[in-house]
Amino acid sequence: MPSAARSATLRDGIGLGVAVGLYGAAFGAAAVAAGLNIWQTSALSLLMFTGASQFALVGVLGAGGSALAAVGSALLLGTRNTVYGVRLVPLLRPRGVRRVAAAHWVIDETTAMSLAAPDRELGRLAFLATGATIYLGWNAMTVVGALGAAALGGTARAALDAVVPAAFLALLWPRLRRTFPEAAVQRRVALGGAVVALALTPFVPAGVQVIAAVVAVALAGRPRAGERPTAQEEMP
Amino acid sequence: MTGTALWAAVLAGGVGCYLLKLAGLSVPAAWVEQPWVARVVDFVPAALLAALVAVQAATSGNHLVLDGRLVGLAVAAVALALRAPFVVVLVLAGAAGALAHVLGG
Repeated sequence: MPSAARSATLRDGIGLGVAVGLYGAAFGAAAVAAGLNIWQTSALSLLMFTGASQFALVGVLGAGGSALAAVGSALLLGTRNTVYGVRLVPLLRPRGVRRVAAAHWVIDETTAMSLAAPDRELGRLAFLATGATIYLGWNAMTVVGALGAAALGGTARAALDAVVPAAFLALLWPRLRRTFPEAAVQRRVALGGAVVALALTPFVPAGVQVIAAVVAVALAGRPRAGERPTAQEEMP
Repeated sequence: MTGTALWAAVLAGGVGCYLLKLAGLSVPAAWVEQPWVARVVDFVPAALLAALVAVQAATSGNHLVLDGRLVGLAVAAVALALRAPFVVVLVLAGAAGALAHVLGG
């Protein structure tokens, strides 16, 4: 394999990993704002290691939700990674211990980088380079964010309270762009989720409205003809 | 919530999310590539993330609350529409939230 292609793959993977590490700081701060201590915050990044699920778990806890509602939200978002795993099997062909280890790094970014690589060997390299960089960066920056948030008082805490919903909006935003598959449906689903969650807030235990919003939107009807999702379409 | 309950959520969520990843590498593709799975994966994130945006920005316990968080969210939306980098979006949202807190109490 040409070494230039290897270098480019490594450079892209590591570059993405560094950028994603910054989200780690936002997660660490959000987790502390939600009432987790630094050990619980770090344990989430080490064990769960899938950003949207981690944000969802601390988001529901921060809203006063139960542990069950928080875990449910995290698992709902975690189903994405199951589909990614299926896509990665032909590329990684993992067996035994390697499968158990590789599974932990099956996330949005490693999947996108691996599947974008020009051949199987570069795909595996992209998976390892991106996975290792993000794992290190995400966990290190989680600690930085958690320590930073723990040191805040008064006005800075108000700033952090405003940062948490902004971070969720930043996670949601790419799905609302015109270029995202079925962007019109994504927008309707997002609007529906927000409206149902706010409407239920006065009437259900905190945190439950988030799960209820998802269920309500899911039950609200199948996508219209021509908008039906297919299993091949939803790569980020 | 007690420390024990928080730890239970952290550990159960962590193990559960890991098992979802492992399942993708372990089960036959046909099990996963079902229409309802594709539907969950396509649309649940938008509903869930939007619900979290709304709850985090505009509620406190069982109450709807209007405060600096909504100001921060509006600033974040403008920054995202202008394709600002993630860090810039968060800094602007935080600054707007802090300013609203100082001005409005």
